[in-house]
Amino acid sequence: MLLIACPHCGPRNSDEFSFSGEIVPRPGPDPSPEEWRRYLYEKANARGWVTERWFHVAGCRRFLDVERHTGTNEVRAVRDVAG
Amino acid sequence: MAGRGSRYSAWALVRRGLGGKPWPKVWRHHELRPSYDVVIVGGGVHGLATAYYLARKHGVRNVAVVEQAYIGGGGSGRNTAIVRSNYLTPEGSAFYDRSVKLYERLAADLNFNVMFEQRGHMTLAHNDASLRTMRWRAEVNKLGGIDSEVIGPDEIKRLVPLMDVGDRPRYPILGALWHPPGGIVRHDAVVWGYARAADRLGVHIHQGTTVTGIEVRSGRVAGVDTSRGRIATGAVVNCTAGWSSLVSELAGVKLPIVTRPLQAAVTEPVQPFLDPVVVSGTLHVYVSQTARGELVFGASVDPFASYSTRGSLDFAEGLAGHVLELMPSLAGMRLLRQWAGLCDMTPDFGPIIGPTPVDGFYLDVGWGTYGFKAGPVAGEQTAALVATGRVPELIAPFGLDRFARGDLTAEKGAAAVGH
Repeated sequence: MLLIACPHCGPRNSDEFSFSGEIVPRPGPDPSPEEWRRYLYEKANARGWVTERWFHVAGCRRFLDVERHTGTNEVRAVRDVAG
Repeated sequence: MAGRGSRYSAWALVRRGLGGKPWPKVWRHHELRPSYDVVIVGGGVHGLATAYYLARKHGVRNVAVVEQAYIGGGGSGRNTAIVRSNYLTPEGSAFYDRSVKLYERLAADLNFNVMFEQRGHMTLAHNDASLRTMRWRAEVNKLGGIDSEVIGPDEIKRLVPLMDVGDRPRYPILGALWHPPGGIVRHDAVVWGYARAADRLGVHIHQGTTVTGIEVRSGRVAGVDTSRGRIATGAVVNCTAGWSSLVSELAGVKLPIVTRPLQAAVTEPVQPFLDPVVVSGTLHVYVSQTARGELVFGASVDPFASYSTRGSLDFAEGLAGHVLELMPSLAGMRLLRQWAGLCDMTPDFGPIIGPTPVDGFYLDVGWGTYGFKAGPVAGEQTAALVATGRVPELIAPFGLDRFARGDLTAEKGAAAVGH
């Protein structure tokens, strides 16, 4: 089980959240096909501390940035995307 | 080299038993050579099969298989050992059909009993939409010469008497895709069989050896740094699962892969009652009974990316509920243990197998939840690719460049993933 400390709802089981993966910066307003391909497909898929986006779908329904260690599933920081 | 006493037979067993002499080492420990023609990263079914076919079919014997832990300890020893070829796409089913054919004669080829039991593979349909997909898959399979048919609840009940095919409100069993050549294999035996055969042909298997760097000089592979020293080589094959992004990154190649754990569990052993492999895509569960009598359960990949191989209570609870939905009379059975393996998921649920922009760096990765059943064919085709430098037709649809071309494979016949 993975506990995520939601800044609005407190520590909650991860099955209340939906996972949308590592945060990849969006390309600029006029990207080349190559830039789009990189954005769509190339993932760091790192083993270590990663900042990723989660959605508290069965809670406050806010988007959250979660810092999680992908080797141990330890969570060290959770922020509301809106700050 | 295959010498006296290296073949397994009833006669050899009697002789060894009476003589009391120990069996020779099945694979040996070697010092690291300063150079190899081919270095394979990852000592699982894929890496060992690639090494075996390189040596056996192409005469490339100066090959090292470099494994950071012990052989068969990753995905090869953690899967649920199911083999089938009833995929949805023509390229997918042709590929896995070749794998089933290789598995059928693997025990004879390797002189190692891999215990391939073709007890049939049954994929249940709980609604009209999945029944329609089953019909589609059956027709694609039949055109490719694969034994695959849609069957009704009466036939399902005949094949699996414990199945609840009653009139249930939530997940009624409307029919199934029935695939007689499918079945289960002893997955450790496949690893050991390939390792033994490759060792006999002169391949060096280096366990406990971590790859720490891949040297690329002017767009070409020049060598591999390991925890036991440097190896000069012109060809490196990434045959890892779970670690494929990280190993490719060492050569500067980025992959469209996200690693997710897939959990499985096994029950206490009971008398044989379940012959075929039973799968429900809707309920995300697959069940088979091993030769030892244990029930092996698998589910879908975990809902978030991770390199952790810990099991979770969420999984065990969900799994138990889904199994009882199909076979309520199993309610008294106890789980013995659960575990997880790492699945490298690609955006189109197809593998990535072929060359890369770095000359001499090859991929056999992205095997998601379907790597074990593809082991022999992937090894055979990767060996051909490395030995000849040409991409064999069977793996042409699975190249890394398909993502740049927008030519994805869309394999909806893949198991254990939501579509």
